[in-house]
Amino acid sequence: MSNTKFSKEHEWITLDGEVGTIGITKHATEMLGDIVFAELPEKGSNVEKDGTAGVVESTKAASDVYTPVSGEVVEINQSIVDDPSKINADPEGGAWFFKLKLKDKSELDTLMNKEEYDKFAKESSS
Amino acid sequence: MNIKKTALYELHKKHNAKFVEFAGYSMPIQYSKGIVKEHNITRNKSGIFDVSHMGQLFIKYSNDITDKLQEILPTDLKNLKINQSKYSFLMKENGGIYDDLIITRMKDQYMIILNAACKQNDLQIIKNKLNDQNLDMNNNLSLVAIQGPESKTILENVVSNVSKLKFMNGANFSFKNNEIFITRSGYTGEDGFEISLPNKVAISFVEELISKGSTLIGLGARDTLRLEAGLCLYGHDINENTSPVEANLKWAISKNRINDNFIGSQKIKKQIKEGVSKLRVGIKPETRVIARESTKIFDEKDNEIGKVTSGTFGPSVNASIAMGYISNSHSKTDTKVYLEVRGKKVPANVCELPFYKKSYVKGEANV
Repeated sequence: MSNTKFSKEHEWITLDGEVGTIGITKHATEMLGDIVFAELPEKGSNVEKDGTAGVVESTKAASDVYTPVSGEVVEINQSIVDDPSKINADPEGGAWFFKLKLKDKSELDTLMNKEEYDKFAKESSS
Repeated sequence: MNIKKTALYELHKKHNAKFVEFAGYSMPIQYSKGIVKEHNITRNKSGIFDVSHMGQLFIKYSNDITDKLQEILPTDLKNLKINQSKYSFLMKENGGIYDDLIITRMKDQYMIILNAACKQNDLQIIKNKLNDQNLDMNNNLSLVAIQGPESKTILENVVSNVSKLKFMNGANFSFKNNEIFITRSGYTGEDGFEISLPNKVAISFVEELISKGSTLIGLGARDTLRLEAGLCLYGHDINENTSPVEANLKWAISKNRINDNFIGSQKIKKQIKEGVSKLRVGIKPETRVIARESTKIFDEKDNEIGKVTSGTFGPSVNASIAMGYISNSHSKTDTKVYLEVRGKKVPANVCELPFYKKSYVKGEANV
């Protein structure tokens, strides 16, 4: 996942051509606890960088999921809606949230790389 | 304000608890396993809960103590047997609930277990009523619950003969030469026990339970367990603006006391006779969406008819569950309602409580 970028809202994005795959980080799932509900944006909808693009709920509370970049939702991962516990099990792999056709690739430059994010996550949780 | 710690605090820390402030105490919300696993461990095996933040009030018997307590509690204390416990309330004149509690008749005193957030106010009410300003909660005692199907065997290994207790009954036992009091009761919908014991042996007692196969469980799972069991959480499902009749807890008012005088009795009598306009019910959303506290409830014509007071995901029923108050005309089981969550109307159905059923053990004669 060397081309994976991370946001301050604890989302990750991996780019493959024009399409970015987005999910939430392992660190985010550890902070949230057991996830029991997930809501995803509608396929075909347009989302704006840093805007709300879904919701996850743990047994304790609801949290918004933001999109780290703008674009059109081209695919959603229905399997995490059907079984949200998958998000805790494999957050940075099979439990991706949605795929976006990016509007402006330069938005990726505002995000952190893995090393920067790990440092950020460590500092923000201490 | 200083955050208080229970006698088990260091043990929680040792077991990697995540702490949260609750009613002025630093309490474990969960341990490293997480809420869902802890919930399932309690349902399938056995879980230990530190509930030492709750108030333990002991009132020695005197001539008129039972009469005086009956003036503030709707429970028939005169026919309460020694070692028997009852669920009861402290009420306001208007029928609202100051606190819900468990009262047990011990040999020479009453024991009352009070909610942590309410206990100081409760104490003042009781002090004033009994005209005894020296009355105080016992802060030298911890309170530990062990809940779940294997708890009986595990606790029996630590305290002999405890499995003979019947549901909602207690008795004195000993642990390492200390007197402890155990009742068969709980807040999870499972068979279980609550143990009142000196702070100084609390850690060693819980460590023994762990060594016999039980597991520490946090307040997070305690909440999902009690909600599945349809039990009220004070400050959420019941409060000063809800009466026991509205809360569907009429069963806790002793039948032979309905015509007596106790604080709140006029309102209770009126509500039983004339009915109530709102009622606490169970609500099951048709999707996995969680309807948290304060979620508005609507009827099919989009009229607001109530509010959710507790809502979560129930791991044992694998569904979103909630309870709340709904206008009496919509309180029938299977009534279709709509819950407003993040601007969308989620279809749901009024349902019977509890969401999760398991029969309580009635106690065994031949142990």
